[in-house]
Amino acid sequence: MNTQSNVTPEYSLDTPQIVPAAVAATRPLLWSVRRELWENNSIFIAPLTVAVLFVLGFVISILHEWSKMHAMLADPLTQQTALHFPFHAAAFALLLTSFITGAFYCLDALYGERRDRSVLFWKSLPVSDLTTVLAKACIPFVVLPLITFAMIIVAQTILFLLITAIALGNGISTAVLWPQLPLWKMWISLLCAVVSSALWYAPIYGWLLLVSSYARRATFLWAVLPPFALCVAEKIAFNTSYFGNLLSFRLTGWYSQAFTPLAQGGASPADPLASLTPGRFLSTPGLWMGLVFAAIFFAAAVQLRRSREPI
Amino acid sequence: MTVIEARGLRKVYGKTIALDGIDLRVEEGRILGIIGLNGAGKTTALNAILGLTKYEGELKVLGRNPWSERNQLMRDVCFIADVAVLPRWMRVSQALDYVAGVHPRFDRAKAEGFLSRSAIHRNSRVRQLSKGMVAQLHLALVMAIDAKLLVLDEPTLGLDILYRKQFYDSLLNDYYDRSRTILVTTHQVEDVQHILTDLVFIDRGRIALNCGMEDFEQRYQEVIVHPDRISAARALKPMHERQAIGRHIFLFDGADRAQLAALGETHIPSIADLFIAVLAKASAEREGATR
Repeated sequence: MNTQSNVTPEYSLDTPQIVPAAVAATRPLLWSVRRELWENNSIFIAPLTVAVLFVLGFVISILHEWSKMHAMLADPLTQQTALHFPFHAAAFALLLTSFITGAFYCLDALYGERRDRSVLFWKSLPVSDLTTVLAKACIPFVVLPLITFAMIIVAQTILFLLITAIALGNGISTAVLWPQLPLWKMWISLLCAVVSSALWYAPIYGWLLLVSSYARRATFLWAVLPPFALCVAEKIAFNTSYFGNLLSFRLTGWYSQAFTPLAQGGASPADPLASLTPGRFLSTPGLWMGLVFAAIFFAAAVQLRRSREPI
Repeated sequence: MTVIEARGLRKVYGKTIALDGIDLRVEEGRILGIIGLNGAGKTTALNAILGLTKYEGELKVLGRNPWSERNQLMRDVCFIADVAVLPRWMRVSQALDYVAGVHPRFDRAKAEGFLSRSAIHRNSRVRQLSKGMVAQLHLALVMAIDAKLLVLDEPTLGLDILYRKQFYDSLLNDYYDRSRTILVTTHQVEDVQHILTDLVFIDRGRIALNCGMEDFEQRYQEVIVHPDRISAARALKPMHERQAIGRHIFLFDGADRAQLAALGETHIPSIADLFIAVLAKASAEREGATR
């Protein structure tokens, strides 16, 4: 019992006293987002891989089907479609990647920390459950859209340079080519796509976060089976498929509501901004209903993180 | 100052009663050891104190309700719940960065100082460290936090004897300063016997014994009784009697020291021996009550 009598705190003399400064409210949130990025580098790697593969695939397809490409470029009717297709395809591939990455991230976000018991470490620090879940929700709502947006711009810039080089090599002047590819306008349109898809998918991410805070195992089944079971039950009971339609609208609706579908004009319009329909998107009840559900799922996930124990 | 005050603390999981009305008061500057069998309710009690689980009854930790005021409480309370719960993907430097980022009372230089005495590299990931090193890292992080209450739930389970000794030595030498309070549960009671100031036994969700260590040393005596004085020893109503390698060892509660010295060689019992005696007594009383 006498070992502690001669204890002097070893570091009190040579380090300045740390004054417990009031930590700004956002500091734990920013650090928590940063820690999510440390843990989940797939957030970067997945879109990067897709972008690299896409550009490589584009180069190979040019080399492979050069004559076809050349014919399309020569014909003024198909020229614009041929030019725009790789840009749209790159954007679509990366948006899809972002959605899949975000979905799997959410599904593991609150489950993984319980499974490896590290939740006991996180909970020993003064970071509230609300802050933690908010930081996790920031990944699909903020971080992934930003990364996706930046990655699409980089990929499209590379495509733009490649196409310019090919055109110049074939004697097509940039004065003819560049007005066909209004990059800035395409990127404003792209920004709308990124924002509207993130908002539209909010209830999906919210549901997946909720499942990951609830399930003790098999998170994927928990996420997929209940909606599927509802669809089947509705079909059997009423022979209707409102719920199934609702779900498929949830997957594709942001595009049909925020943009005039390409098919209506036959070819893509010369001005990408002309296809934007922000008014229709913002007045879609589905958007706001989705956000309400997202908020409910989010609040439930925060409550569950509070009371659930490690698995 | 009272750090923990519990009155009638209860917790029921379905039909299992994990805590059956615990009354506990822990003052500032104490090192309290909570000893109990697996499933006795130790971890449940600590979880209630740390605001990790709901409970019935009254409980105040540093004057706060740990369930409803958990966020504020965690600035002044720190805990190691189980060995090796640090995330395996994390780098040591990231762990330092993160705790420094979110904890207003974390002294990074102090943590770096503790780590420099170990073989832990700043760049290693937790998964690359041995179990003992993970415990060292966690302790370095926790000791650099200027907390009022530190809770350790089986912090050294599965570690070898060297790491265990180092763990408690640095806890006592580098951390404990009489204004801090430490709660520790462990099955390796011999490791903590000399560092505790208070002792609580939990059995079936109830407190079976609650005493200060000075009191413990005054009250309890173990005697290796000469074979020819066994009946004399039994007449003094020992708490417990056991045989080890042909020797009769009796444990007495509050018996006269001079009388005991006449019976044979006396010494202070180990916590483990007292624990077994207390449990055996409680079990005998339960059987007596049911008959």
